[in-house]
Amino acid sequence: MVGESTRLRGNMLTRSSNRQGPGRIPLEGAAAKVRIQGVSYWYSGKASLEGVTMEVPDKAVTVVFGPAGGGKTTLLRLINRLNDMVDDTHMTGRILLDGEDIYAPATDVSRLRRRVGMVFALPLALPGTVRDNVLYGPRMAGERDTSRLSDIVERSLQQAALWAEVRDRLDTPALSLSGGQQQRLCIARSLALEPEVLLLDEPTSGLDPISTAKVEESLFELRDRYAVVIVPHSVQQAARVADYAAFFLSGELVERGSGPQVFTSPRDRRTEDYVTGRFG
Amino acid sequence: MSRSLLQTLGFILLGVVAMIVVAPILLVVGTIVARGISAINWEFISSMPRGGMREGGILPAIVGTLLLTLGTALVAVPIGVGGAIYLSEYARDTRLTRAIRLAIVNLAGIPSIVYGLFGLGMFVLFLRFGTSILAGSLTLAIMTLPVIISTAEEALRAVPQDFRTVSASLGGSRWQAVQHIVLPQALPGIITGVILGLLRAAGETAPILFTVAAFYLPRLPSSPLDQTMALPYHLYVITTQVPGMPLSVQYGTAFVLLALVLSLNIVATVIRSHFRRRRQW
Repeated sequence: MVGESTRLRGNMLTRSSNRQGPGRIPLEGAAAKVRIQGVSYWYSGKASLEGVTMEVPDKAVTVVFGPAGGGKTTLLRLINRLNDMVDDTHMTGRILLDGEDIYAPATDVSRLRRRVGMVFALPLALPGTVRDNVLYGPRMAGERDTSRLSDIVERSLQQAALWAEVRDRLDTPALSLSGGQQQRLCIARSLALEPEVLLLDEPTSGLDPISTAKVEESLFELRDRYAVVIVPHSVQQAARVADYAAFFLSGELVERGSGPQVFTSPRDRRTEDYVTGRFG
Repeated sequence: MSRSLLQTLGFILLGVVAMIVVAPILLVVGTIVARGISAINWEFISSMPRGGMREGGILPAIVGTLLLTLGTALVAVPIGVGGAIYLSEYARDTRLTRAIRLAIVNLAGIPSIVYGLFGLGMFVLFLRFGTSILAGSLTLAIMTLPVIISTAEEALRAVPQDFRTVSASLGGSRWQAVQHIVLPQALPGIITGVILGLLRAAGETAPILFTVAAFYLPRLPSSPLDQTMALPYHLYVITTQVPGMPLSVQYGTAFVLLALVLSLNIVATVIRSHFRRRRQW
C-alpha cells in the first residue's frame, strides 16, 4: 500500500509539473464560492450530516471523500437543493453561494440549479438525441435562438472532451453512445448552462479505466473556470484530482485541507488510516 | 409418484385451466361471427331501422355509440390524465390524497346501474340536461374516470425517478419535467388505459339506460341535447322487447358492437407494443 500511494503521488506531481497542479493555492487565501456553515441534516429523524462547516474555493477542484454512508452525496445535493425533492427531511445551518443564503425563501430554485450544475454517479441520459440532452437546460431556461443553441452544443461538448467523438452523431439517440461517452454527455449537459459550481457525484463509478481517464481529463479542463466539487470513486482518484480535500466519516467532516496535505500528511489519525488503506 | 410424472400432470392441469379461460371467448366470438355475419351488408350499417326495427339498418345506434364514446373521451381524458398527473407528480402523501385514492378505488367498484341512477338524478333532472347525449356522456365519463386515472397514474409512476431528478438538476421546473420527459414517456401506457376505459364505456348499457338511450329513434342526433340510440341498449331492446325479431339482425347488431370494441382494443395493443419497442428504459 505504501508503494501504491507513492506511485499516486508521483502521478500527481507529474500533473502539477506541467500545469498549475493540485494545491496550487493555500486554503486560507482562496476565494470561497460556497460556504457551508454548521449544516446538519436528517432523513426521517436519522442524522446524515452533523455540524459540517467548510468552504468550497472558486476555480479549483474540491474533493469530498470518505467511506460510503458518510454524507458526501447528501452534502452535494444540499448545495443545489436537489434534496428538496425528498420527503421527511430536516436541515439546520446555512449554505451560502456568493454570500447569499440559498435556502432563503426568496431563492429561485431553478435559477440556483442552473448556477450549480450536477453530474450523477450513473450516466443518466434523458430520452432523445445527443443534442436534446445538451440543450435540455438552456431550453428549459427559455433559450430559443438557434444559432446560440448550436454554439452551446459545440462549446459544451468540447469542454467535456466529447465533441470530436460525437460531432457527426448529434441527432442520434443519446443511449446509442457508450457508457463513458454518456457520462461526458452528462457533464456537457451541465456545462451547457455555464454553471458557476459543478457538483460531480462519483462521475466515473460505472466507467472503465480509459473512460475514467477521459472524464478526469475533462475535469482538468474545467478546474480553471468553475468551482468543482467531486465525490471521487476511489482514494486514488481523490489524490489525482484534488486541489482541496475534505474527509467525511459518518456525517462528520473529519479533516480538510489542500490536496497534497490531506493525502500526504493527514492531521487526523482517521484520515491517515483511510488514505493509506487501513479501512474503507 | 415420480417427480417427472407429477410435473407432466401439473402441466396438463394448467393447460386445461388455460383452455377453460380461452374457450368461452372463442365460443362467444365464434357464435356471434357465425350467426351475425350474414346480416352484415352496407345497408345494415348505413341506413335507418324500418318496420319496427325488424328491417333496415342500425345506423343511428352506431352513430350514437360513437358520439357517446367521443363525448366520454372529451370529458374523462383531460380530467383523468390531469388528476393522474397531480397524484403522481405533485401530491404528497397526505390525508387528502389518501382520501382521493380511496375514492378512486371505490368509484371503480360501483355497479354501473348505480352510475345510471346517479346520472339520471344529477344530469338529467337536477342539471336539467334532459335525456341527452350530454347527460349520457357525463355519466359514462364518471364511470370511466377511475380506470383512466389509475392506469395513467401507474404509467406516470413507471417513468424512472432519475429523469425527474436530472431535469430538476438542470433547472427544469416540475411541470417542465412532466411536459418534456415524463408525459411523453408515459404516453403509451396512458393511451392504453384511456382506450380500455372508453371500451368499457362504449359497451355499457346500464349507465345510458336512463340518461340518453332511445328505444326507437330513426334519425341522427343534431345536438348534444338530443337523445340517441346506442348499440348496447339497442341490442337489449331487439333481443328482449321486440317480438318476431329476426335472429340474424340480433346477431348482426352484436357483431357490429363486438367489431367496434375489438378494433379499438387492437388499436390499443398496437400502440402499446409500438411504443414499448421504442422505449429507452
